[in-house]
Amino acid sequence: MALLSVREETMRFGGLFANQSISFDVEEGELLAVIGPNGAGKTTLFNVISGFFPPTSGSIHFDGEDITGASAHHVASSGLVRTYQLVQLFKHLTVAENVEIGSHRVTRGSVFSALFRPEWMRRQEKAVCEGARELLRFVGLEDQADVQADKLPYGRQRLLEVARALAAKPRLLLLDEPAAGLNTQETEALAEVITRIHRAGTTIILIEHDMSLVMKIAQRIVVLDFGKKIAEGTPEEIKAHPDVIAAYLGGTEMTDA
Amino acid sequence: MTSHATISIEPVGVRWQSMLPPLAVLALAGLGLLSSDYVVTVLGFAFIYAIFCTGLNFFMGYTGQASFGQSAFAAIGGYGSAILCADYGWEPLLALLFTMAISGVAAVFVGYPTLRLRGHYLAMATFALGLIVYEISIEWTSLTQGYMGYSGVPPLGIAGFDLVTVKQQLVALAVVALFGVFVAARLRQSRFGRALASIAGSEPAARALGVDIARYKLIAFVIGALYASAAGSLFAHFVGFISPEVFGVTMVVQSFAMLYLGGIGTMWGPTIGAVIVSVLPEALRGLKEMQDIAYTAILIFILIFAPRGLAGLSALFKRDRAQTREGA
Repeated sequence: MALLSVREETMRFGGLFANQSISFDVEEGELLAVIGPNGAGKTTLFNVISGFFPPTSGSIHFDGEDITGASAHHVASSGLVRTYQLVQLFKHLTVAENVEIGSHRVTRGSVFSALFRPEWMRRQEKAVCEGARELLRFVGLEDQADVQADKLPYGRQRLLEVARALAAKPRLLLLDEPAAGLNTQETEALAEVITRIHRAGTTIILIEHDMSLVMKIAQRIVVLDFGKKIAEGTPEEIKAHPDVIAAYLGGTEMTDA
Repeated sequence: MTSHATISIEPVGVRWQSMLPPLAVLALAGLGLLSSDYVVTVLGFAFIYAIFCTGLNFFMGYTGQASFGQSAFAAIGGYGSAILCADYGWEPLLALLFTMAISGVAAVFVGYPTLRLRGHYLAMATFALGLIVYEISIEWTSLTQGYMGYSGVPPLGIAGFDLVTVKQQLVALAVVALFGVFVAARLRQSRFGRALASIAGSEPAARALGVDIARYKLIAFVIGALYASAAGSLFAHFVGFISPEVFGVTMVVQSFAMLYLGGIGTMWGPTIGAVIVSVLPEALRGLKEMQDIAYTAILIFILIFAPRGLAGLSALFKRDRAQTREGA
C-alpha cells in the first residue's frame, strides 16, 4: 500500500479551482517531485496534504490513516513533516535549538517532567541535544550551532530548515521549493543533502522550480498546470511529454527546463 | 500591540556568572534587613512584582503573546487570600495555594476561547478581562467591600508560625521569587519550553513540527495566571490591605515596563526589571518635583542603550568571550 495517497483532491477558493481532482500515490522510499508553472497549485496541494486547510472534496490517506481535514499539528505528529517556500526559522533562537525543537514529535514530556526531570527526561534531553548536533553535521552546519538562526546566510538557513525537519524523523518529508533563492553552488549542496536524506530511507515529495535539480534527483514527477495533473512519470517521460512541453512553452518559465 | 519577543538563551551549564542574579537578590534582601521598614516595603513590592512578571514572561516572553489582563488573576489571588484568611481564618499558605488553583481554573476557562485570537485582538480581549475583574472588585461590595478595600489580612505564616515583622516577610518573598525563577528556568530549558519558544518564533513552523499551538498557549497563559495569583496573595499578606486600585491598569503598565526594561523572554529579566522599576522612583525621591522626569528619562535611556532589556546586556559579555576564544 502506498505511504501517501491523494484521491480526487479538489481545493476551491471561491470561483477559482486551485487544485482540481488531483490523484497520485507516493510509495515508501520514493523521491517524487511536483512541478508546474507558477500558480499551478503546487503549494496549495502541499497545504492541503499537510493539513493547513481541508480540501473542498477528495481524500488524503497517509500510512493507511485518513488525514483529510485533520489539523496541521496532528498531521505533523503522524510523521508527515513539511518545510516552507519562505524559510520559517525560529529566528531568535540558536541554530542548535532550532533543530532541537524539531524533535518535538518524537519526544514526550510536558510541564511536570520539565520541572522534576526524572531519569528518562534527562536521558531524552541528552539524546535530543546529541541528535541535533549530528543533524547539523549532516547538513554541514556544525560550526554554527551556537549562532542565532537569523545570522546565517540564506542558503544555510535553508539547510537549517531541512535539518530541523529531519529532527522530527519524518516518514514523509515535504520540501516546498527548497532551492528558491539559492545560487548554483548552494543548490548543488542542497541537492546533495536531499539525495543523502533519500538514501537514508526517508520518503520525499519535492516541489521545485529548478528543473536541473528535479531532473537530477527525482525518481518520478507529477506535473500540475492550472490546478490539474497533466502528467506523471519518470524524468525521461516527463521531458518528452507533449502536454508538459506545451504547458511550459505556453507559460512563462520554460527557460531552464 | 504585537509582542516581538527577543529571547536570548541562557547558557545551560551552571557557570559562576549564572549565580550572580540569585546572589544579588539575596544581597538585596540582606540589605533590606539592615535598612528601615520603608526600604523593606519597597523591596518587598519589587519581589512580589518579580513573581508576577516571571509568570507573565511565560506568556509574553517565551511564547510571544500579549496579555493585558494578568492583573485579573492577581486580584483573584489577593481577594481570595484576604477573604479566606481574614474572615475564615485559613492558613495563609493554604489560601495561597487554593486561590492559585482557582486562578488556574479561571485561566483555562477564559483562555480557551480567547487564545484563538492573535496580536491586537488578543491584547484587547485580555485587557477586557482585567477591566471586568476590576469592575467586579468595585461593584461586588458584599464580597470585596468595594472602594473601601479589604483590611485586616494577617501576615504570611507557615503552620501557625507567623512572620510578624516585615523583614521576616521580605526574606520569605525573596525566597519565593527565587523559587519562581528557578521553576521558570527549568521549564524553559525543556521540551515544553522549546515548544513555547517555537510559537514565539513562527507559528506555521511550530505547527509543521507537530506542536499543538492552542494547547501550549493555554498552558503558558495558565502558568502566568498561577504566578499572578501567588503574587496577588503575597501582596495581600505583605501589606495587610487590598483595594481595587492595587490590581488596576497601573499594575499592567508597571509589569510591562518591568518586562521590557529587564529583558522580555530572558530568565532574569523580569526580576531585574521589577527591582529597577520599583526601586528607581524611590531612589530619586530626593529630586522632589524633578523625580518623575528623572525617572522616565532613565527608563528611556535604558531602553535606547539596551533595547533588549538589561538582561540582554549579558549577551555582550558572552560575545566578548566568544571572540577571545576565536582569537586564541
